[in-house]
Amino acid sequence: MNDNKRTRFPNRAEWLVTAPSFLWLALFFAVPAVIVLAFTFHGHDASGGVGEWSLSTWRELVDPDYPAIVWNTLRISFEVTLWSIVLAVPCAYAIARMSPKWRSIVAGSIMLPFWTSFVVRVFAWKTMLHPDGWLQACYLVFLRVREWLFGWLPAFLQKALVLLGVASSGPVDPATSTILDSEAAVVLVSVYTFLPFAIMPIYTAAEKFDFSLLEAARDLGAKNFYAFRKIFIPGIRQGLVSAVLMVFIPAIGSYVIPQMLGGTDCVLIGNKIFMRAIQNRNIPHASALATLMAVSVLIPIGLSMWWKKRQDSRDRRRLEEQTARLMTSSMEGGVQ
Amino acid sequence: MDSNGEFLVFDHVTKRFGALTAVNDVSFSVGKGEFFSLLGPSGCGKTTLLRMLGGFERPDSGRIYLEGKDITDLAPNQRRVHTVFQNYALFPTMTIWDNIAFSLRLAKKPKAEIEERVDAMLAMIQMSEHAWKYPNQLSGGQKQRVAIARALVDRPQVLLLDEPLAALDLKLRQHMLLELDTIHDQVGITFLYVTHDQGEAMSLSDRIAVINKGKVEQLDGPAKIYEAPATRFVASFIGDTNFFSGEIVSTEGDYCTIEGEGFPAIRAYNDKQLKVGQKVDLSVRPEKIRVTLQPPPPEKGASINVYPSTVQDIVYQGVYTKYWIKSGDQRVAALKPHSRFLLDQEPITWNDEVFVWWHPDDGYMVEAQ
Ligand SMILES: Nc1ncnc2c1ncn2[C@@H]1O[C@H](COP(=O)(O)OP(=O)(O)O)[C@@H](O)[C@H]1O
Ligand SMILES: [Mg+2]
Repeated sequence: MNDNKRTRFPNRAEWLVTAPSFLWLALFFAVPAVIVLAFTFHGHDASGGVGEWSLSTWRELVDPDYPAIVWNTLRISFEVTLWSIVLAVPCAYAIARMSPKWRSIVAGSIMLPFWTSFVVRVFAWKTMLHPDGWLQACYLVFLRVREWLFGWLPAFLQKALVLLGVASSGPVDPATSTILDSEAAVVLVSVYTFLPFAIMPIYTAAEKFDFSLLEAARDLGAKNFYAFRKIFIPGIRQGLVSAVLMVFIPAIGSYVIPQMLGGTDCVLIGNKIFMRAIQNRNIPHASALATLMAVSVLIPIGLSMWWKKRQDSRDRRRLEEQTARLMTSSMEGGVQ
Repeated sequence: MDSNGEFLVFDHVTKRFGALTAVNDVSFSVGKGEFFSLLGPSGCGKTTLLRMLGGFERPDSGRIYLEGKDITDLAPNQRRVHTVFQNYALFPTMTIWDNIAFSLRLAKKPKAEIEERVDAMLAMIQMSEHAWKYPNQLSGGQKQRVAIARALVDRPQVLLLDEPLAALDLKLRQHMLLELDTIHDQVGITFLYVTHDQGEAMSLSDRIAVINKGKVEQLDGPAKIYEAPATRFVASFIGDTNFFSGEIVSTEGDYCTIEGEGFPAIRAYNDKQLKVGQKVDLSVRPEKIRVTLQPPPPEKGASINVYPSTVQDIVYQGVYTKYWIKSGDQRVAALKPHSRFLLDQEPITWNDEVFVWWHPDDGYMVEAQ
C-alpha cells in the first residue's frame, strides 16, 4: 500500500531522465502559452504586427457572435466526444476479447488511416457527402425522423432543442438541406477522425481488464448487460477519462473539418481564430480567442476534479459512519 | 443424508473441446449439505465440471439436475449456484462491503436486510473492520474469505470452490482449511470443492470423487479412498505407495499369494476373492512397512511378508525418515517416525543389510488393467 508513496525529491538520476522532457514542455508549451497570453494585452497595427500594451483587444472581444460560437464549439465537441465514446467502448471491448493474433490485426487496421494525409481524408469525405450520394439520402431520412419526433412540440421547447443541437432550425427541404456544409457533416467526420483516439486508451484499459470478473458477476446473478455496466465500465474508468480528454480537447480546437465540411452553417471557434490570425492579421485578437478557448477547456476539467474530490470526501465520511455502525453492532453482538 | 442423496446429480455428462474429451461420461450425485470434493491432477477436467454446473459451459451430452430440476440449459444468472474462483475475482472498483452486497442488491432485497446480512457475513469471516477497504488492500487470505462471503451471502443451493487455497502459502492454507470446515458447519450449504491436493480433500470432505482424464475413478469417503483405492491410479495419486505387479498363483481362504518379476512371493489379503491367474497390482503404503536390522520377532506370526534387503537411500523428512530399500529387483520406500525409543536401537545406515516386513492385511490389491 505504501509503494505508491514516492519520495518528494527524486534523486539525480531521475532528474537527468526527466529533464529533457521537462525542458521540452517548458520551451514549446509553457513559454508559448505565456506569450499568447501576453499578446492579448496588446493592440494590433495595420501591418499585422503586435502593437502597444493595451486592453483594447479584450474590449473588442465583446462581439455578439462569440457567445454562440463558443457555445456551438462546446456543444459540438461534446457531441463528438459522446459519439466517439459510445462507439469506442464496444469496439474496445470486442478487440480485447479477441485472440492475441486478431487483436493486433484489428488494432493495427484502426491505425491504418493515419498512413494517409488528414486533409486528403477530409477531401474524400467531401466526395462521399456529395448531394447525389447515399449519405445525403440518409441525412434526409434523419432530418425527417427528427422533424417527426420534435415537430409537434410547442415552439419554446423546439427553440431549446435547436439550441441544444437536437432539433433542426428550419423545415426540411431536399433542395437546400444538404449534408455537405452542415453541422451533421462536421460531427460525422469529427467522430470518424477522433474515434481511433477514443478506442486506443479504452482498448488499453480493456486489455488489462480481468474478464473473469464478468463471469463472477454473472455467477452471482447479474445479466450480461448489468455486469458490463457495473463491472466493465468502472473497470476501464481510467481509459474512459483519457479517451474523453483525447477527443474533447482536439475537437474544441479543430478548424479544418468545419472549414471544409461545415460551410457557413457550422463556424467554430477554431475557424474564428484562423480567420483573425490569417485573414484579419490581428494576432492579439486571435490570441485572446485562443485563451478563451483554453479556459473553456480547463473549466470542465477543473469541475470534474472538484467533483471527484467531493466524491472522495463523501466516500470517506460514509466509510467512517459505516465503520462506527459496524463497531457498535458487533459490540452489541458480543454482549449477547 | 441418504434421503437427500439426489440433491445434485450429474447424469452421464460429457464435454469435448475439439478432439479432447475433457469430461467423459461422468455420473455422480451429491447429498444436500454435503462437503463433496473433486480430486484429480491438473487438466483432468475438474474445472470444466464446475463450469458446467455454474452454467459457463454446456455439456455435449448428459444432464445436470439440482433439487430435481434440470438446470443443464440455464444461464449462470438463472441458477442459485455460486463460485469461489481460484483468483478470487473480487470486484476491484468496489469496497469489500459492496462486493459482498452484490448478489443481494441484484436480488433487490430491502436495504435493511442487505445491511444485516452483509454485516453478519463480515462478522462470520471476522473482517468487519475491513469492510470499507478495497480488494487490493487485502492479503491473500483475506481476499479468500471475502470471496467466500460474497458467494455465500444470498445462500446459494451449492457453493463451488475451484482450488480456493492454491494461491496461499502453507501456513495460511492450513488455517483456511479449518476455517472452511467451520464455515461449512455454520451455513449448512452443499460445498463442491475442487482440488488437486489430496491433503485438502482428505481433511475436508465427506466424500471424494477421484477424477482422472475426465472420468471418475473412485467415489468414496476419504479413509476408503486411502485404504482401499479402486484403481492403480487412485492408489498412486492419493499418497505415496509401493506397487508390486504380478499374478495370483494360489489362494488360501481370505488370503492369496502373488508372484511377479523381480521379487519373491508376497502374501496379501484377497478381499475381492480374485481367482488364481488374475494379474494384479499390489499397493503397500510406505508407513505400513517396517525396516529392521533383526528379523521380525516370531510372535508376529509366520504368515507375514519378510524380505532381506539392502538400504540404498535415507532421506530425513522431519516427521519421518524415508528409507529407499532394494528388495530383489524392487525399490521399496518405507517410512519410520522419529521417537526417543529409536535411539536405543542400533541405527540403520546406508548399505545395511536389513529386513523389510509387513502384514498381509496392509497390502491392497487392484486388478491390473
Ligand atoms: N475452453 C477450452 N478450450 C479448449 N480446451 C479446454 C478449455 N477448457 C479446458 N480445456 C482443456 O480441458 C482439459 C480439462 O481442463 P480443466 O477442466 O481446466 O482441468 P482441471 O481443472 O482439472 O485442471 C484440459 O486439457 C484443458 O486444456
Ligand atoms: Mg482447474
